[in-house]
Amino acid sequence: MGEPYLIGEAMTGGYGKGADILHACTIAVERGEIAVIVGPNGAGKSTAMKAVFGMLDLRSGHVRLDGRDITKLSPQDRVAQGMGFVPQTHNIFGSMTVEENLEMGAFIRRDDFRGTLAQVYDLFPILKDKRHQAAGELSGGQRQQVAVGRALMTQPKVLMLDEPTAGVSPIVMDELFDRIIEVARSGISILMVEQNARQALEIADKGYVLVQGANAFTGTGKDLLENPDVRRSFLGG
Amino acid sequence: MEFLNGFVALANFVLIPAVAYGSQLALGALGVTLIYGILRFSNFAHGDTMAFGTMCTILVTWWLQGMGVSLGPLPTALLAIPFGIAGCAALILLTDRVVYRFYRVQRVKPVIMVIVSMGVMFIYNGITRFIIGTEDQNFADGERFIIGVRDFKTLTGLDEGLAIRTTQGITVVTAVIVVAALFWFLNRTRTGKSMRAYSDNEDLALLSGINPERVVMVTWLIVAALATIAGVLYGLDKSFKPFTYFQLLLPIFAAAIVGGLGSPLGAIAGGFVIAFSEVGVTYAWKKVLGYWMPESLAPDGLVQLMSTDYKFAVSFVILLIVLLFRPTGLFKGKSV
Amino acid sequence: MSDMLRGTVLFGIMAVLIVGTGFVQSWNSALLILNMGLVSAVMALGVNLQWGFAGLFNVGVMGFVALGGLATVLVSMPPVGAAWSAGAGRLFLALALAVAVMAAAILLWKRLRRGLRGWVVAALLVAGFFAFRAVFDPAVALIEAVDPAATGYLGGLGLPVVLAWPVGGLLAAGVAWLIGKTALGLRSDYLAIATLGIAEIIIAVIKNEDWLARGVKNVNGLPRPLPYEIDLQNDPGFVETAAGLGLDATTASTLYVKLGYGVMFTLVLVLLLVLAQLALKSPWGRMMRAIRDNETSARAMGKDVTRRHLQIFVLGSAICGIAGAMMTTLDGQLTPGTYQPLRYTFLIWVMVIVGGSGNNFGAVLGGFLIWFLWVQVEPIGQWLMYHVTYGMADGSWLKGHLLDSVQHMRLLTMGVILLLVLRFSPRGLLPER
Repeated sequence: MGEPYLIGEAMTGGYGKGADILHACTIAVERGEIAVIVGPNGAGKSTAMKAVFGMLDLRSGHVRLDGRDITKLSPQDRVAQGMGFVPQTHNIFGSMTVEENLEMGAFIRRDDFRGTLAQVYDLFPILKDKRHQAAGELSGGQRQQVAVGRALMTQPKVLMLDEPTAGVSPIVMDELFDRIIEVARSGISILMVEQNARQALEIADKGYVLVQGANAFTGTGKDLLENPDVRRSFLGG
Repeated sequence: MEFLNGFVALANFVLIPAVAYGSQLALGALGVTLIYGILRFSNFAHGDTMAFGTMCTILVTWWLQGMGVSLGPLPTALLAIPFGIAGCAALILLTDRVVYRFYRVQRVKPVIMVIVSMGVMFIYNGITRFIIGTEDQNFADGERFIIGVRDFKTLTGLDEGLAIRTTQGITVVTAVIVVAALFWFLNRTRTGKSMRAYSDNEDLALLSGINPERVVMVTWLIVAALATIAGVLYGLDKSFKPFTYFQLLLPIFAAAIVGGLGSPLGAIAGGFVIAFSEVGVTYAWKKVLGYWMPESLAPDGLVQLMSTDYKFAVSFVILLIVLLFRPTGLFKGKSV
Repeated sequence: MSDMLRGTVLFGIMAVLIVGTGFVQSWNSALLILNMGLVSAVMALGVNLQWGFAGLFNVGVMGFVALGGLATVLVSMPPVGAAWSAGAGRLFLALALAVAVMAAAILLWKRLRRGLRGWVVAALLVAGFFAFRAVFDPAVALIEAVDPAATGYLGGLGLPVVLAWPVGGLLAAGVAWLIGKTALGLRSDYLAIATLGIAEIIIAVIKNEDWLARGVKNVNGLPRPLPYEIDLQNDPGFVETAAGLGLDATTASTLYVKLGYGVMFTLVLVLLLVLAQLALKSPWGRMMRAIRDNETSARAMGKDVTRRHLQIFVLGSAICGIAGAMMTTLDGQLTPGTYQPLRYTFLIWVMVIVGGSGNNFGAVLGGFLIWFLWVQVEPIGQWLMYHVTYGMADGSWLKGHLLDSVQHMRLLTMGVILLLVLRFSPRGLLPER
């Protein structure tokens, strides 16, 4: 078996000139699979993902996408290379309509993106109903759908989600997870950070438990859920 | 008949001047609000940007007049506006390259940008005075009135006259066209939408691959056009004097803030609110009220709420009221 | 120590510039620059207190300076008896009425419940406005009718003019308190626009309320704290002393008066500078800077940020008022038409930024340096233009235009200086420690 589709290997670094937050941390995701990063507060989960996306300076380690080294690329360039990123907050254009949000997602595309638009509307039918409404007026769950939809508009190979279910109700969370699985089925790799570790690991092909910026446990979602250490420390028994 | 006469007087002295003035303020405030939305600072140099654009237009107008070019009944300045915009745009883009970009890249606090714009204000002001001087310049030509007082009286048989100056008509028509074009651009074109996206959420815009330098450049170009057009319309309607343009900063900012900084729709609404209040409060209502009230109640005084010298006070009081009771303005603006 | 050295060197250069002016141009010019430099330094000190200490963006300096000027008239001019008997009672009644209406409106606003209160307060204000005008207008007409060519106003209190300096400070402080109460909660650029507007309104009031200080008709011949030159020239003792120094009486008298102002202004500046330094180093000053650097955390630590801001806003404005009174005393006249924001607000800002915001000595240095340049850019520009246009034909349009436009070089130069300092030395010539 070859290398994973996207891998951040032995990443060490922090924000600006600050102290290192990540210590030889490795995160990877296979084509069409779901990888989930979990861990206690302040473990550097979001930081690890941002490192993969190029939002902080790595002191050592590499990021490779489909075998190519992209460590030196800016986040914008990584978008062009097929990575989509959904930030945890401020992830929509609140004053613009749903459809305009999606159009802005496709900003770098010069071809006809109406097909992708239709796919996103198929995935999130509610967005089609509300496409002329300002995104800022939508409910929390719907906004997250807009945010995910916006990132899908570039037709990414990898979709990175930073706590997509933060602040939404359990029902909406399940719904969102279902959609995320659906996206993965269509061949897009998913890398996401989650607070709700148990539910996230249930849908994950691969799980990474980070502690203090380093890999503590790694395994399939199922393994981690069954691992007594992981259960005791992170899943509340 | 009394009522109609009163209404005509009202239209002549309040409504028409206020609509024209409001259009000019609205165009000015649109520029301010765009800069605030995209570049995220209050541009103190805006009044002087308007003055510079207008000056360029005036110089070209004089040249055209010297060449014998004329638009007939319309002011020659209309023909010169594109050149004025080009001149203004060149200066602004140069300023951005030499001055603003340095601070933008560093992402300095907005208040530092405001201080920087103070320096730019000095320079623009100096350039304008250096080239054209501080005196009043009249550059309006063509037909003075669309309809004059006498014509109106013979036409309608009313006692009160109504005059619509050509410049007032042109102001309103131009403003409508410009605003329509701007809103079409912002809401319908890819570049316009990317500007709104950048204004709404800078980081996400960058993530979406929107090029900030391009957004900023397009913004400055639009600002140059808006400022020049607003300045030329104001100059045609009243007269051109660099210092007056500097003073316009206050009502323009009042309009932009009252409407909600960063909101184009708000800037327009704010412009008219300020203009109508200014004209309404400083107008001597004796004539209109004389028509509208029974003779016994007709006022003795001028019924002028405030002398025209206090027009700044009017914009200011409205500004304060809005800020105290609805800090984001009539239309929800940004709060950076 | 190097800070100290830097300061000494820069102030030394400044002294050389002024003394050099004395040698190259004339001692009169040098003293004029020195005196206005002192006044500018005081203004800059006031603005630095607000911006440098507290980060308050006040662009209404002109208004407070003008209030100081107004104080000079109100304190030092002799009262106009006829005007007082004509309409003063009625006028004060009107002003009292206005205050009462405002107070009632505020009280009602606080007492009434939501819903109708907006209408009630608005109705009260409108009715109050017309009542005020009904009492006020006739009183103004009566006062302004009293010998309009010479007076037409109430005059002042006929007190020594130096008293006007603290009074000017108090007047500015009072108005600043009113403004601060309403506007200090606003965000920085809103506060900027608000103060810009207030300054315009203050100028508009001084220009238009002739009963107050004759408006644009100006008040001339303000009393002076120093003897008049002509009296000195007629004083045999003075002429003798001057001759002993090798000076003719006319030059000696003008120098004597200017030096006198210089000494008085220096005393004020030194006093204020000492106070400002003490304030900066006191716990109060440290807290101010803590608030400036991180308002949120200061608030979280239980500091009453708005109250502190109000204090420093009032203090800084008061200093500007004092400077305004000093300036009007030096001029010997109040001319409301000459107050322009570029000169009295933004130029002071250039002084503070160039000098070094947050550093009192920096502000003082900036005051001197920028004032010096403001005065000297014109002759320098003339000299420059003379050489630029040297080769051009006499009487050519361009040559005439260039020579005539030299006066506008000032603004351009100030802008360039401000931008250069902001770019290459953003903390100013004498940075905050």
